[in-house]
Amino acid sequence: MRTIQFLTILRRELAAQFLRWRGAWIYPLALGPLFVISMHALHDRSPCRLDEESAILAGIFQYFYLRVAIFFACAAVFSRLFRGEMADRTLHYSLLAPLRRELLVAAKFAGGLVAMLAVFGVAVAACFYVMFGHFPDGRAFLAEGAAMAQFSNYLGVTALAVLGYGTIFLLVGLVFKNPILPTLLVLALESWSGILPATLQHLTVTYYLKPLVPVEAPVEGISAIFTVVVDPPAPWLSVVGLVLLAAAGLVYASRRVRRLEIEYTTD
Amino acid sequence: MSESLIVFEGVSKFYGEVLGVNQVDLTIAPGVTSLVGPNGSGKTTLMNLMTGLVRPTQGRLSVIGLTPDDPERFFRTVGYCTQFDFFPPGVTGRELVWDTLRLHGLTRAEASRLTDEAIVRVGLTEAADRRVAGYSKGMRQRIRLAQSIAHRPTVLVLDEPLNGLDPMARAESIALFQALAKEGLHVVLSSHILHEVDRISDRVVLMSNGYVVAEGDIHGVRSEVTEHPMQVLVRCPHPHRLAARVFAHEHVVEAKVHADGRGLLVRTRDAEAFYRLVQGLIVDEGEEIDTVAPADDDVHSVYQYLIGETEAS
Repeated sequence: MRTIQFLTILRRELAAQFLRWRGAWIYPLALGPLFVISMHALHDRSPCRLDEESAILAGIFQYFYLRVAIFFACAAVFSRLFRGEMADRTLHYSLLAPLRRELLVAAKFAGGLVAMLAVFGVAVAACFYVMFGHFPDGRAFLAEGAAMAQFSNYLGVTALAVLGYGTIFLLVGLVFKNPILPTLLVLALESWSGILPATLQHLTVTYYLKPLVPVEAPVEGISAIFTVVVDPPAPWLSVVGLVLLAAAGLVYASRRVRRLEIEYTTD
Repeated sequence: MSESLIVFEGVSKFYGEVLGVNQVDLTIAPGVTSLVGPNGSGKTTLMNLMTGLVRPTQGRLSVIGLTPDDPERFFRTVGYCTQFDFFPPGVTGRELVWDTLRLHGLTRAEASRLTDEAIVRVGLTEAADRRVAGYSKGMRQRIRLAQSIAHRPTVLVLDEPLNGLDPMARAESIALFQALAKEGLHVVLSSHILHEVDRISDRVVLMSNGYVVAEGDIHGVRSEVTEHPMQVLVRCPHPHRLAARVFAHEHVVEAKVHADGRGLLVRTRDAEAFYRLVQGLIVDEGEEIDTVAPADDDVHSVYQYLIGETEAS
């Protein structure tokens, strides 16, 4: 019975993410780098070096996907899981159903996760194969086992980024009526995490993702001067930490939803 | 006992500093119960409290022994047709009902069967596969009703269920509520359409400014409104002669001939004494009387006396 309930909510969330115009901007955001890499692959005739292409991909992944695309997409999707239905005045349909609030939270969160993983998993995978598939050394690299390990790492970090940001924005959507200010605060923390004091760096998702990325992106320019070098956590601690963050976030969200009141009343 | 009753015990709800309802003590038995009161009187708040959409600031309540804190059991028993006229984007009438039943954990086949049954019951078969966004207000009202009755609840809460319905649909809805009440359901509804509330209600709860002003069987409520003399319409062939005879009695405040000249409208402070008087006139003095009936123990009159709203027409 609970499986049917879970799958019903999951289907509704996926339909909400994939079939509505409201979220259509996420596709060009996710696929933008693929377009740029494809142009580079088709038109750049200069000889390509594996280490250079690898560093470029790492930069795109860490500076664009993790800090911009996945961040904003998760902000839009997860903060609207409940707040969006409150704004649309349709949340009562779920709250008047005979289902545990924990299940409602978990199913909605799973819907957001699956949707974001589908979009960004495909985008990152396509970037990876186009980046390395257009020159001989790259194709040789793809044929090796190391490429598969690196590819899996990128997908794993993508999944953990969605999990981490998703949890944060689920809570932002539940706690704040207007999620814009808290989102900007989180954006500032995540964007400048490298130059923040060590204590504040520990509060960012980026800090836990950094030791997991397969290739370190080069830090250049003015940000290199201000970077505060902090010992990265052990990879296992990063994974466990982000999973625990998600678990704690879901428990807290369930408690909030159990006490949630519908106040779009007319009387 | 409370296993078959809806019970409010000292329930108050405040929205910040704004009063929703205050110190409500109420017991609702099976049958049709109507909440009556002007806008802002707290009817919707009371219904939202009953269904857990809002939580009481003080007091406790239970619905046939259940509370919304146990949603899995509670919402199998309770159906709520809210006043919120909003729907998930792009949904058809059939999908709305079917999805709700799937959220009850029903199999596809069972959900489809109950969806069809509910849609037939509200008379929306032909429009069921159209998008709700294209429905008229009355159709939207009916699909919400279908959605709330589809899982065959024991308690049905209906917030202004007759709003927006044409006379035919209204009559059909009323017949449906009465049929559901006959099946043993609690039907709790709010409405502004007082003459229809009068027809269908086993009891009324009159609300004003967040307080329950009166509750119970409408005739009982009327008899307790002692500051307004009871009106009685006596149908008879000689109303002028009857007026002269009854007016001599102290409890008769006013007696006037009915506009059609075939009856006498009497206002009395003691209805029982007046009925005995009429009986005496028939038996002892051979007065011709066709019928005697109370003229103001309906919801509309009681509402006017207790709440005094002119909008209640």
